[in-house]
Amino acid sequence: MRLRGWLWKGIALMLLDPKAGVLVQGITGREASRMVEDSLAYGSNIVAGVTPGKGGQRVHGIPAYDTVAAAIEKHRATISIISVPPPAVLDAALESFDAGMQLCLIMTERVPQLDTSKLLVAARRASCTVIGPNSLGLIRPGITKLGTIGGRVDNVRRSFMPGHVAVLSRSGGMTSEISSYLTSRGVGQSIAIGVGGDAIVGSNFTELIERLENDPATDAVVIYGEPGGAAEEQLAARLKGKPSRLRIVAFLSGRFVDDLEGVRFGHAGVIVEGGRGSVRGKVKALREAGVFVAETFEEILEGLKRDA
Amino acid sequence: MRLLEHQSKKLLSTFGLVFTESTPVESIDEVRATVERVGLPVVLKAQTPFGGRGHAGAVKFAETLDQAVIAAEALLGMDLRRTTVDVISIEPKLNYEREFYVGITWDTVEKLPVALLSLAGGMDVESSQSDQVAHQPFDPWMGLAPYKARGLAAEVGLTGRILVAVGEVLTKLSQAFLDCDAVTMEINPLVITKDDTLIGLDARAEIEDEAVYRQRERLEPLGELTMTAAGRPPTSLELEAQRIDAIDHRGVAGRVVEFDGDLALLIGGGGASLTVFDAIKAHGGSPANYCEVGGNPTEEKVAAITSLLLSKPGVNGMAVIMNVVNNTRADVIARGVLMGVEGTGRKPSETISLFRVPGNWETEAREIMEAAGVEVHGREVSLDAAARLAVERNRAHVA
Repeated sequence: MRLRGWLWKGIALMLLDPKAGVLVQGITGREASRMVEDSLAYGSNIVAGVTPGKGGQRVHGIPAYDTVAAAIEKHRATISIISVPPPAVLDAALESFDAGMQLCLIMTERVPQLDTSKLLVAARRASCTVIGPNSLGLIRPGITKLGTIGGRVDNVRRSFMPGHVAVLSRSGGMTSEISSYLTSRGVGQSIAIGVGGDAIVGSNFTELIERLENDPATDAVVIYGEPGGAAEEQLAARLKGKPSRLRIVAFLSGRFVDDLEGVRFGHAGVIVEGGRGSVRGKVKALREAGVFVAETFEEILEGLKRDA
Repeated sequence: MRLLEHQSKKLLSTFGLVFTESTPVESIDEVRATVERVGLPVVLKAQTPFGGRGHAGAVKFAETLDQAVIAAEALLGMDLRRTTVDVISIEPKLNYEREFYVGITWDTVEKLPVALLSLAGGMDVESSQSDQVAHQPFDPWMGLAPYKARGLAAEVGLTGRILVAVGEVLTKLSQAFLDCDAVTMEINPLVITKDDTLIGLDARAEIEDEAVYRQRERLEPLGELTMTAAGRPPTSLELEAQRIDAIDHRGVAGRVVEFDGDLALLIGGGGASLTVFDAIKAHGGSPANYCEVGGNPTEEKVAAITSLLLSKPGVNGMAVIMNVVNNTRADVIARGVLMGVEGTGRKPSETISLFRVPGNWETEAREIMEAAGVEVHGREVSLDAAARLAVERNRAHVA
């Protein structure tokens, strides 16, 4: 392996070092509380939580603090999960970056795009990897997980199994659906990541695949894409310029959206995305870049088995 | 949330941007009064939240009052993308030397807002070569610095006073974009008049739906606003679905878009809904609606949305297909669906073509549905295969 030391650190975090301490911001919320219970049962190393004004409470035995600073004074943590209401996400993220978190999963849905863009500028300066917003989380099957991905522990065990295929999905539900399908056909996963359903997310396909290229546990990647944005086209352009050692199979939904009228408004989107965004265009770009685009779930398996 | 042209102009004016005075009118009497006030010649434009008005013949010019009345009669009541035009705007027609396009939007690859400037204004900006459109991404914390805005003007070849003035417009527009939580803001065309002033003839603003909660003070003075998620105003069925979704905050059960088919779909979550809808069409089925259910909605909400979707004329059955649910409880969906079907007086076994909701509480869900005589499938049947079966079963129910 020709990997340098600093890379290993990034990989360990990317692939969820099971020993790294995890902090939950918004731990006393209903969803977060259930997520903590399910995650602990799966073996996640959640060490503390934060909810301003509720310091001193416990959630499934995990102590809550008023601030991230107070939590990390008592506990070692480098990963943070954010599950707070949308208007509070930007502040919670800045708080976690200031405290030196290296990986931050933002689960909250409906975060204003301006707040996402602002927090990602801050994350870059703090060298923190962000997954989400609007992500159900990520899992290394059989090892550990972050977030509500997979749901209850019995369901997690049925949906995911260890293996060598990474699943990257713009839809949280489809992360489990595709993994569950692969598992039912005996194909395990090295990692499954809900990259987040928003137009702007912390880590998109291209960025994650570039990191997975250095992951010895991963041989192939299945991506799930949707209409809008340019994440699929960006990946296609990168693969055209520099092919990947990973076998990549794509499954895209929402073809019918291409035919709806009036979805676009003004010229700015067309100029910036340059005709990108439609499912047809994404499929074409990915195929031209040598990616196997599956039309059905059954074809995902064919694509994975195909000789590279 | 898309603003109409006159609303966009009003909003952007508060940031020091200058536009032709645009008067919204709804009747021919108002047309006469307005034309007399602003003076001839005039431009009349349909006020619609959709682009491409020029190509659709929804912008007209008039040299005389009679021409203005004829133009207004043609525009008022005009059908644009299944929407009836009920407001038009009247503004003085300007003579101008040059036109530009200026816009701000999001660059989802850079993850930053981006300012755009082109010398090709008007309707042709999209088709102009991309090297004729100058791009400048900027920091959302800092805004577009005036020197970067001037840099954009220089990049497209502007000089002198115009370079400075166009730079100022870009800086103000970018400030408006950030302050208003916009998705898109553009002035097209921005023109230079004979006396060398810069003025916007048309403006477009879209505010992000997720941020409307903190923009109320700015949006309120603009008058009635229309939500247009499906690229047209919502239908009564879609509005009723939104109302059901708002009954309580638990889960989503109301993101519905109406289509013309005969098979109602209760599907979820977001990605699986897209997948199932595509697959139903690919297998020759005809969906009556698109819909997303997720986030663990209550039984009552599921029942209400089920009844609503089945009440649509021409619908003869419903398929319930979701991805492996992590958070939503399959048994809650099952009970809600049965309650909803029974509420319409139909028999579940003859109405639900199949139920495929694996995941949380799937064993309980299976028992409930099988007791009602409904065909149940688990995760071993893919979303695609489930969609194919649903189309076949729905045909059998009709036959």
